[in-house]
Amino acid sequence: MTERETERETGREKWNWDVGSRNVADLGKLRAAYTDVHELTVSADGERVAAPVVAEDGSFRVAVNGEVWETELEKAWHLKFTPDDRLTALVRVDDMWTVAVEGELWEQRYPFAWNTKFSADGRTIAVQIKAGMEYSLCINDKPWDRNFLSIRNYALSDDGRRAAALVQVVELVTADTETFAEGTWSVAVDSETWDEKFIGVWAPVISPDGEHVAVQTRTERFAYTIALDGAPWESRYGCVWEPGFRPRGEGLLAPVRTGASWSLAEDGEPLWKTPYVQLWYVRFSPAGERVAAVVATDFGRWTVAVDDRPWGCTFGDVVMAPVFSTDGKRVAAAVRHEGRWTVAVDGEPWSHWFDTVWDPVVGAGRGPVLAKVKNQGAYGLAVDGRVGAQRYEHLWDPTFSPDGDKVLIRGVQSGKYIRRVVLTEELG
Amino acid sequence: MAVADPGFDLALAKLTPERIEQVINSVLSQAVAERMKLFLKTCVHCGLCADACHTYLSRNRDPDFAPVAKVRDTLGVMLKKKGRVSPEFMKNAARVAFIECGGCRRCSMYCPFGIDIATMIMTIRRICSLLGMVPQFIQDTTNSHSATSNQMWVQPDDWIDTVMWQEEDAQLEVAGLRIPLDKEGAEVMYSVIAPEPKVMAQLIANIAVLMTVAKVDWTMPSADGWDNSNMAMFSGDLEIMGRIEREHWERALELRVGKMVMGECGHAYRGAVYDGPKWLGWQGPPLPMVHAVELYYDLLREGRIEITDKLTEPVTIQDPCNIVRGRGLHEKLRYVVHALCDNVVEMDPKFEHNYCCAAGGGIINCGAPWKMARLKSIKIKATQLKKTGASLCITPCHNCHHGVVDIIGHYHIDMRTSFLIELIVKQMKIPEGLGV
Ligand code: SF4
Ligand code: SF4
Repeated sequence: MTERETERETGREKWNWDVGSRNVADLGKLRAAYTDVHELTVSADGERVAAPVVAEDGSFRVAVNGEVWETELEKAWHLKFTPDDRLTALVRVDDMWTVAVEGELWEQRYPFAWNTKFSADGRTIAVQIKAGMEYSLCINDKPWDRNFLSIRNYALSDDGRRAAALVQVVELVTADTETFAEGTWSVAVDSETWDEKFIGVWAPVISPDGEHVAVQTRTERFAYTIALDGAPWESRYGCVWEPGFRPRGEGLLAPVRTGASWSLAEDGEPLWKTPYVQLWYVRFSPAGERVAAVVATDFGRWTVAVDDRPWGCTFGDVVMAPVFSTDGKRVAAAVRHEGRWTVAVDGEPWSHWFDTVWDPVVGAGRGPVLAKVKNQGAYGLAVDGRVGAQRYEHLWDPTFSPDGDKVLIRGVQSGKYIRRVVLTEELG
Repeated sequence: MAVADPGFDLALAKLTPERIEQVINSVLSQAVAERMKLFLKTCVHCGLCADACHTYLSRNRDPDFAPVAKVRDTLGVMLKKKGRVSPEFMKNAARVAFIECGGCRRCSMYCPFGIDIATMIMTIRRICSLLGMVPQFIQDTTNSHSATSNQMWVQPDDWIDTVMWQEEDAQLEVAGLRIPLDKEGAEVMYSVIAPEPKVMAQLIANIAVLMTVAKVDWTMPSADGWDNSNMAMFSGDLEIMGRIEREHWERALELRVGKMVMGECGHAYRGAVYDGPKWLGWQGPPLPMVHAVELYYDLLREGRIEITDKLTEPVTIQDPCNIVRGRGLHEKLRYVVHALCDNVVEMDPKFEHNYCCAAGGGIINCGAPWKMARLKSIKIKATQLKKTGASLCITPCHNCHHGVVDIIGHYHIDMRTSFLIELIVKQMKIPEGLGV
């Protein structure tokens, strides 16, 4: 599940689903009170809107629904709500960085901290840290007991118990191409490094049960494969992209390049038969029985393939990652063709096209497909391709209620942040 | 005297004729070989391309440096011998492909048949790369792209920290200035090359001043993909080239920006608009890509910035190959330069006919061992620069910039260089409300 999907699943039944509209915060007042109000962040349940604000003396605070955190900060950015709706920020105090959670600062302070990630339930919060001249992770205010020469990225397991990071394990002096070719990178899982070293490692993923870690690896200068728990697949490829575990744990899939074409492999064996010009963004239906990916069926002809069957229509510019409906029956994706964006659902593009379209939100059954869209600078909510009368200065992704009957809309209108719940049947 | 480069010398010791033959024949598949043979067969040895090539002209018309000779003596022999060439032969071919041709494509413009010498040179580089015979310094840069996405081993925190530091610095000049990181739905995502955060951080502050004054809704990504440079494209490592171009575009697509604007760099433009998308299967860039020259042009034309001071000293213009011969931006470049300077002295030749700086195409990234060879091969540019009598050369490309700096140093020319943005921020009006 993507972070975005996880967010939507967490505690939704407890949210206020009463139909109606509410002004949550007057942003105009905030703007009047501070020299600057930075980018807004909204909680998944729509109850809170937050932003870093800058006072006249240049000091930062974090404002939530118009109220500011008490702590004065030298800087605050990267505001994110956890899936369980706690507000986090990366903050600098006394020239050191840390994480603030609902205004409380972690005890650990570092020359730099960045790239916040959460477990699916939101209870685990992690960041990358610079400690001295080395790098590590800090999880729930507790640093790993080992530092590394560099960490490029990391992943947290859904339950937050495990973390896997791409780590540099061999020091390189300037232009030491020989040592580099022998392998200077590996993966650290809960701070323990794999024995194997690789020329390159990318995009770690952890299995849904938290038991396995997979990465893309470069085993030789021109040989790539997937490594699972430190062991590379036997097959070697011209290139690979990010792997993905089937949701129920069995099977690790990855796009692989052989000759000049791409296909999908599972556990090192061919899965899909069709050779594609490109294949990436592999996604699973929630129960895991269907697999979708973005493919190029020909040079510059992009579409979605579901279980190796490409949609009938293709798009010239780009197709974004496919999104399954919650019941796994439908697949939709944001697509761009001749400079305009729309959403395609099961191979059918909407009849309306927009300046920009965000990833669609697809509920269960035959309910409408929703997407945040932008035209001439104004945001709107598209419902099966049609945008209603409401225009927004800002808009966040809509969310269906657990039964799909209602939709939560979070947006800014006339300088006010508004939380709105509408009946799905009345949309559009 | 032979130049020592561990990238060549260590590879030489390991190469076997069998491996060379296998690699050459894998790259020169039947279709590719036929195309290359056709190019070479079409050539009528008229010599027009020789007179177009700065290395040939700079090296006293040494026939070995004529474009067609560079490919005939390397790729031509590989084709003829079906890959059965020696390691020593490959070392020489690598030197020619990496050092004596930057793929500037000037020769093709003069060839009556448009024979694409640069593509053949890049094919040789691909073969060399597969054989591990790549100049050490450009290989190191490619390694950096592989490990870090960016060209100069910039750590992820150093990137973000530098952007924040430049934002704070620039706020001392322009009130309310921001460098918004990761702003979804911004009109523009701006990308830079890694030497900017590493050694030329002021350029980031400069662009922030411009964006703020022009009221551009812009952002920069905090995650990898912020670097638009691509030396893997020139070292022959197409897999890494594709990987980093994907990451670069992915940042812009995730943020759903309206367009990407890149700083004053030529090769990065080529990588993001042509070579990268092509390898990935895109027919062009997935979102509009605008070079800095086009951005400045648009902002000036739309009156979103106003130039209040103009330079009066004689100024000349280096036309970067990738954005002029490759993209036709010379008129827009002139528009911007004339807005900034009263006394423009054109180089002769100019526009798409201008000579390359000999730094692009990855040559300058081959590093110190090859600096003298590079400078010998660009004497013609020194003559051309001197003739203008200009005291300032505008170089809207990082490679041109450093290439021309080296040329004026080596050939003792009394001239400075400048990016456009450096002049713009100095000569532009800061509206009253934004004054500090
Ligand atoms: S340097 Fe330019 S002109 Fe000379 S051979 Fe190469 S592409 Fe042609
Ligand atoms: S200009 Fe063209 S035809 Fe003439 S020598 Fe050069 S490559 Fe051959």
